[in-house]
Amino acid sequence: MAVAQQENPLVEGLERLPIHPTTMVIFGGTGDLAHRKLLPAIYNLAHEGALPERFNLIAVSRSDIPHDDYRGMARESIEKYSRRKPDPQVLDKLLEQVRYIPGTFDDDSVYGRLEEQLKQFDEEAGITFNRLFYLSTAPAFFPVIVGKLGEHRLNRHGSAEVRVVIEKPFGTRLAEALDLNRQVLSVLDESQVFRIDHYLGKETVQNMLAFRFANGLFEPIWNRNYIDYVQITAAEDLGVGGRAGYYDKSGALRDLVQNHMLQLLALLCMEPPVTFNADEVRDEKVKVLHAIKPVDPDCTVRAQYTAGMAEGKEVPGYLEEEHVPPDSKTETYAALRLEVDNWRWAGIPIYMRTGKRLARKVTEIAITLKPVPHLAFESAGSVGVQPNQLVMTMQPNEGVSLSLGAKIPGTRMRIRPVNMEFLYGTTFLSQSPEAYERLILDAMRGDATLFTRDDEVEAQWRVIDPILESWEQDRPPLARYPAGSAGPEEASKLLEPGHKWRAI
Amino acid sequence: MTQAGGIWSERDTSPGAIEEALRELLKEQALRDEAHAPARVLNLVAVVDREWRGEIRNRLERVGRYHPSRLVLCSVEEGRTTIDATVAITTEGDTRPGDLVLTREQVLLEIGPRHLEKLDTIVDPLVVSDIATVSWSPHGHPEATDALLHLSQVILVDSLNEFDPRAAVERACELSEDAYVVDLAWLRSTPWRERVASTFDPMPWREELGRISSVKVSHQAQSPVAGLLFCGWLAARLGWEPGSLLSASGALRGQAHGRRQDVALRLEPDPTMSVPGLAGIEIETASGMSFSLYRGPGGLTARRTDRKGRSSTWTVLGASRGEAGILGEGIRQALLRDPVYREALERAEVMVA
Repeated sequence: MAVAQQENPLVEGLERLPIHPTTMVIFGGTGDLAHRKLLPAIYNLAHEGALPERFNLIAVSRSDIPHDDYRGMARESIEKYSRRKPDPQVLDKLLEQVRYIPGTFDDDSVYGRLEEQLKQFDEEAGITFNRLFYLSTAPAFFPVIVGKLGEHRLNRHGSAEVRVVIEKPFGTRLAEALDLNRQVLSVLDESQVFRIDHYLGKETVQNMLAFRFANGLFEPIWNRNYIDYVQITAAEDLGVGGRAGYYDKSGALRDLVQNHMLQLLALLCMEPPVTFNADEVRDEKVKVLHAIKPVDPDCTVRAQYTAGMAEGKEVPGYLEEEHVPPDSKTETYAALRLEVDNWRWAGIPIYMRTGKRLARKVTEIAITLKPVPHLAFESAGSVGVQPNQLVMTMQPNEGVSLSLGAKIPGTRMRIRPVNMEFLYGTTFLSQSPEAYERLILDAMRGDATLFTRDDEVEAQWRVIDPILESWEQDRPPLARYPAGSAGPEEASKLLEPGHKWRAI
Repeated sequence: MTQAGGIWSERDTSPGAIEEALRELLKEQALRDEAHAPARVLNLVAVVDREWRGEIRNRLERVGRYHPSRLVLCSVEEGRTTIDATVAITTEGDTRPGDLVLTREQVLLEIGPRHLEKLDTIVDPLVVSDIATVSWSPHGHPEATDALLHLSQVILVDSLNEFDPRAAVERACELSEDAYVVDLAWLRSTPWRERVASTFDPMPWREELGRISSVKVSHQAQSPVAGLLFCGWLAARLGWEPGSLLSASGALRGQAHGRRQDVALRLEPDPTMSVPGLAGIEIETASGMSFSLYRGPGGLTARRTDRKGRSSTWTVLGASRGEAGILGEGIRQALLRDPVYREALERAEVMVA
C-alpha cells in the first residue's frame, strides 16, 4: 500500500482519531461550570487517553490566586465531580500542565500575559499548539472577550487552528443574538466558532439521527399522512436551587425551549442530510426552524410553581425560593403548540412543554400516529385500540419504545396496548460519556456538527422572540401550578380535540 | 433439585432442563419486579479449568459495565462424566423509583473433558438467540473452541497466553478464517498504536512515515506476540514486506522491505516489565528523526527528536486499564469490527514463518 501524501495510513481501524496538540483556555476557570463540568470532563478525557497527545490548560478568572492554588482547586473539583475516581498519577500529570492567569476580562494585561503563556507552551514543546478558547463566563463578557482576543491578535495563530467555544445563552433576545453574532464574526470566521448546546452532546439525542435515517421502517410514516401529533417534554423535578439568580432573568422559555427543545424539534423534523458533515446537518436543521409558523400567543402557556409536595416533602413555591424577587413574573413552566409549515409536517400540531418542580424528571419526544380507520375489534372489557405511539426518551431511562395493540389472551378478540422497548442501558456495553467530554473533543477536533451555527441560533430566536414580546405584555397571564404536579391546568387548552398530554 | 430466589441448581442435568430453569427464573424475576430489565447485548461462553474458575469469575466481575448479558461458564474437571449446573439471575444494586436495574444471567456448567468436542450441543440451547455469542477459552481446550465455532460470531483469544509466538499467530490466523477474532494481545497495543498514529499525523511527520528505517520494540518477556502484532501493524499500514525474524541473544531481529529503504526490526524482552504487553517502542527515520514511547507514571513517556537533533519529552496522559480493563475492552470490541487486526496478523505470520 502506498503511503498517501494527504492521508495518515496509521489511523485506519483506530476508534480515536488523532487530534492536533492543543492548549485550551477557560475564561471563567473558577466558575461553577468549570468546576462541575469542564475540569472533570477534561480529566476523564485524560484518563481515557483521549486528549491530544500534548495538552495544556490555562484558566483565566478574576480571583487573584497563584497557579498552585488554582491547581489545588481544580484537583478538588475533579475529585468531587468526576464520573470516575481519579487516578492520582494521571491527575498529577494533567495538573502539571495547568496555568492560571488572574484578572478581569476587559483588562488588556490579561491578554498580554495569556499570549506570553501560550507562546511559552509553544516554545517549550517546539511545536505550534492549536488554541481552544472556552468562554464559560456570564454572557455579558462574550463580546468583550472575543473583542480582546481580536485586538491582541489571538484570533489567529499561523498555520494552527484557533477555535472559540461560546456557552449558552447566546443572547437573551433576537436583537441581542444578532448583535453578538455580528461582534463575534467581526473577529472570527464562523468555522472558528462553536456555540455549545450540551444537549446535542448526549448520545440519545444523536441517536435520533441514527434512528430516523438508519431504519427504513420509519421513513414511510414520518409525515403528515401518518403522524397525528408530536409532544416534546423536558420536565424537571427539582426547583431552581442555587441557579435562582440566573434563572429569574432567563425563565423556562429561554432556558430550555429556545435552545435544547428547538434543537430536538429540528432533529426530529429535518430531512435526511446528504452527508453527516457539520454544514449538511445544520443546513437541514435551519430549514426546519425557518418553517416554523409564528406562534400565536394564545397557543402558549406560562406558569410559575407554588408550594407543594415533592418526593414526599413540602417544598416552597418559586417566589419563596432564595434570591427570587417576591414579585417575580418569571415563568418556571412553558408550553406551546407550534407547527412546522412544510411539505412533510404541515398541519401536525407539535406540543412542547418544560418546567421545574414537576412530578418527575423526564425528557422525551412522543409521536402519536393517526388511529386506524376501522375497528373490527371488541372494546368491551378492555381499554380498546389506542393509536400507536413512538416515544424517544433522552433521560432518565434512555431508549425508544413503541406502543402496539395486542390481543388480550382469552376467547374474545379484545385489544390492549403493549410496549416494545429498546433501552440503551440494556443494549450497549458502553456507558455514555458526559456530553461535555464529547463536545470538548469535537471542538478540539474542529467538528462543529453538534454545535449551533449563526443562522441556526438566529432562526431559534426568530421563533421565540415574538412569544417573549407577548409574554411581556402579560399575554397570556401567568398561571400557577403546585410543585410536584404535572403542570398548570391551562396547558390542556393547547391541545386539539382527541389529543392528550402524556403523564409526567 | 434446589431452588432459592434467583438461583437454580441441579446435578447430572441436561441442557433442556437448564434452559427451562433459565426461562422460569427470568419469568419469576419479571413478576417480582418490573424494574429489572434483562440485558440483551451478548452471550459469553467461557471454557475454563475447574481449579481456575474462581479467578476467571473474579476477572469477569471486574470488567464492570462491560459484562456480558449472559455468561455460560463451562468449568472443566478431569474425570467428570456428568453435567452439573447452576443458574443465577442477579441484579446490580437496589432499584430506586423510576430507575431500571440490569440483570446478570449466569450459567455455571460443571463438565468433563469428554464433553468438550460436542460442547456446542450442550451450550446451544443456553445462549440467547439473535445476539452475538462470544467464545473464550483462556486455559487452552482448543477442541472446545472448535466445537463452538459455528455458534460463535466472535472468538476472544489472548495470543500472549501461547508460549510459542509462532503457534499463537498461526492459531489466531486459523480462527480468523471462521469467526471474528478479538485478541487481547492486540487490544493491549491500542494506546501505543494511537500515539504513534498521532505523532505521525502532522504533515512534516507524516512525510517521515516513508522514511522509517528502524523499529525497536521492547516487551514483557512472555509477550513477544505483542511486539510481532505491533510490527505487523506498521508493516500492513505502511506497505512493508516483512521477512522472517531470527532469534539472537533472546531478541528477534529481521528486516522489512519498505518502498524507499529496508526497515530494521528488533523485538527484545524487557526483564523489568511485570505486566503483559509492550514496554516501549523506538522508531527512527532515515532523515534523522526519532520517536520513542515508554511506560511511565500517569501515561506513556514520549520523546521526540527532530532532524536538527532537538529533543522534547512529555507525558501522553492516560490511565492503565489493567487486565480487567483489557478483558472488558475485549468484550466491548466483540460488538465492533477492526479490519486492521487481520492485516497485522498476516504480516506477523510472515515474520514468524
